[in-house]
Amino acid sequence: MKRIAGLFLAALVLVSLASAQALLINGAGATFPNPIYSKWFDEYHKINANIQINYLSVGSGAGIKQVTDGTVDFGATDGPMNDEQLKAFQDKHGFGILHFPTVLGAVVPTYNIPGVTVALNFTPEALAGIFLGKITKWNDPAIAGANKGVNLPGNDIVVVHRSDGSGTSYCWTDYLSKVSEEWKDKVGKGTSVNWPVGLGGKGNEGVTGQVKNAPNSIGYVELIYAASNNIPYGSVKNSSGSFIKADLASVSAAAAAVAKTMPDDFRVSITNPPGKSAYPIATFTWLLIPEKFSDGAKRDAMKGFLKWMLADGQNYAEQLQYAKLPKEVVAKEEKALGKIQ
Amino acid sequence: MAATTTVPSAGPIPGSRSFLSRLREGDEIARLITFLFAASVVLVTVLLIFELWQESVLPRHKFGLHFFFTRVWDPIAEQFGALPFIYGTLITATVSLVIAVPLGIGAAIFLAELAPARLSDALEFFIDLLAAVPSVIYGLLGVFIVVPVMRDYVQPALKSTLGFLPLFAGPAYGIGFLTAGIVLAIMVIPYIISVSREVLMSVPRDQREAALGLGSTRWESTWKVVVPFARAGIMGSIFLALARALGETMAVTMVIGNTPTISASLFSPGYSIAAVIANEFTEATGALYTQALIELGLVLFLLTFLLNGVARLLLVFTTQRGGGTAHA
Repeated sequence: MKRIAGLFLAALVLVSLASAQALLINGAGATFPNPIYSKWFDEYHKINANIQINYLSVGSGAGIKQVTDGTVDFGATDGPMNDEQLKAFQDKHGFGILHFPTVLGAVVPTYNIPGVTVALNFTPEALAGIFLGKITKWNDPAIAGANKGVNLPGNDIVVVHRSDGSGTSYCWTDYLSKVSEEWKDKVGKGTSVNWPVGLGGKGNEGVTGQVKNAPNSIGYVELIYAASNNIPYGSVKNSSGSFIKADLASVSAAAAAVAKTMPDDFRVSITNPPGKSAYPIATFTWLLIPEKFSDGAKRDAMKGFLKWMLADGQNYAEQLQYAKLPKEVVAKEEKALGKIQ
Repeated sequence: MAATTTVPSAGPIPGSRSFLSRLREGDEIARLITFLFAASVVLVTVLLIFELWQESVLPRHKFGLHFFFTRVWDPIAEQFGALPFIYGTLITATVSLVIAVPLGIGAAIFLAELAPARLSDALEFFIDLLAAVPSVIYGLLGVFIVVPVMRDYVQPALKSTLGFLPLFAGPAYGIGFLTAGIVLAIMVIPYIISVSREVLMSVPRDQREAALGLGSTRWESTWKVVVPFARAGIMGSIFLALARALGETMAVTMVIGNTPTISASLFSPGYSIAAVIANEFTEATGALYTQALIELGLVLFLLTFLLNGVARLLLVFTTQRGGGTAHA
C-alpha cells in the first residue's frame, strides 16, 4: 500500500514537473472561428506537447480589448481592428499589432415563407431594401423580379437580425454598406448597429428560432451554422451579376478575388468582391498577434503555431465547413511572420 | 434588499459588565464578527454603485440627463439613450406583477389556510422546485410554447375582442412585451407563493381563533384578519418578485424581440436594460459604447432602488391606515 502511494506521489511530481515545463499561451476573441481554433490548438498540442494554447471565445470586441489591455497573449476578431484601436494598442505598448487571416466564413440569408420551398435569389437592392424597411412585402417587384416562377405571397416581411454584438452582423452590415449608399449613411457597419426594422434574436440559434417561428420572415446566419443544421438559405447576386449560393468553393473564390490586392496589414473586407463565382457576403477571420513578445520562448511558439496553421492546419478547415485561405494569402502571411520579434 | 437598514441594535445588554469581560466571554467578539458580516452587505452595495458610477464617466458627461430621455441607441454613430430600455424593463415588470400578484397570493392563501396540510406540503415542494429552475429553461419554455400560443391564439383573440385599445394593436409576432411579461410572471409566481405561504402560516393561531370566536366564517377570518396581519410579509414577497422581474436577463431576451422601441402596444417587440447589457457587452468596442452599457447598469440599479423605496413607503402608508393589527 505504501509503495503504491509512493509511486503515485512520484507520478504526481513528474506530471507537475512536466506541466511546469509546458509553455502556456493564452488567447481570447471571436466566437465564430472557435470550433476550428479549438481543433487547431488541440492538434498542435498533440505534436508539440510542451506548448499549450488556451483560447477563450469571448467575442471579437472583448478579444480586441483583452489583447490591448495585455491580459492575453493574442486576440482574435471577425472584423479587423480600426485605426483608432490600432493606435490605442500602439500608444499603450509602444509597438504595433499584426492581423493574420486564418480561415474564411460567410453569412447567408435564411427565410421562412409558407408555401415557398425553392431557394430564393436575392439582389443586393432587395436585401438592402428589406433590411432598411423599404421593401415590406414578399411580392415586391425587387424580390419577385429575381425569382420568376416562384409564387411569392403578398404578406408583410418580418425581419430578424442578431441582437448580440457579433462578427456575423459586422459582415452582413459591411456588405449592405457596400451595396447601398442609403444603408451606409443611415446605419453603417458594425458588430451592433441601430437596425431600422426587425426583431432581434440572440446568436445564430436565436435568429434561426425566430425565423422558424415567424411565418414570412427573413434573417441571416453564418454559413457554417446553416450548413450544419440543414437550414435552407438563398443565393445572392454578386458584383458580376450572377446569383451565387454560398459554399466552400464560392467563399474561397471571394478571397481569391482580393488576394492580389491584399494590403500588407491584411485588414481587408472581402464583401462584394469582383469575380464571377465569388459569393459576395464573406469575410476573413483574423488572429491578432502583437509585434513584440517580451518572452522569447512564447514568441517562437506563437510563430511556430502560425507557420503550422498556414500549412497543415489549413487541412482541418473544410471538414469543419470553413473555407481555406487562398495560396497567395498564405504566401503573403508566411512573409509577414518575420515581423514578429 | 434590506441592506440599508441593517444596523445591529440588539447587542448584549450593555453597562452591566466591562468591555474586557464581555470580550473574554466571547459576546463582544460575536457581536463584532456578526456586525462585520452585516456591514459587508452595505459595503458591497456601496462599492457596486461606486464602480458603476466611476466606469460610466464618459457617457454621463457627454449625454447628461438626456441619456434618460433619448430614444436612439446607435453604436455606430455613438448616440446612446436609455429610454426604450427603461420603458421595456418597467412594462414587462408591470405586466408580470399584474398577472403574478393575484395568482400568487391567491395560491398562497389556499395553501396556507384552506388546503389540507399534506396537500399544502406536497405542493410547496413543487413550488420550491419551480423557483429553482434556471431562467434559461423558462426562456426555452417561452420560445417553444408561449410564443407560438401567443401568436396563434392569444394575440388574435385579444385583438378581435379588445383590439380597440392601443394596448392590443399592431401585428402579432408572438414575441414582445406581453409575452416577456407572461414568462416573467411564470418565473416570479413561485417566489410570491412560497414566501407568502410561510408568512401566512406564521400568523399566530389565536388571531384566527379570536376571529372565529367572534362569529366570523373561515373566509372572513382569513381575509379580514390573517391576510392583513401578514401584509408586510406578503409585500416583501412582491418586492422579491419585482426585483427578479426587473433584473431578469436570459428569459426576457429570448422572448422580448430585442428591439429598442417604445410602443403603447403590448404586442410590440421591445428591449430591457438587462437584456441589452447581456447582448452587447462582449462585443462592445470603444470606450463610450462600453461605458454607456455600464451606465445602463447604473440606471437599472437606480430603478430597482427607487421602486423598492416607493414600495416601502407604500407599505408604511397602508400599514398605518390599516390600523395596529398589521404589524408583523
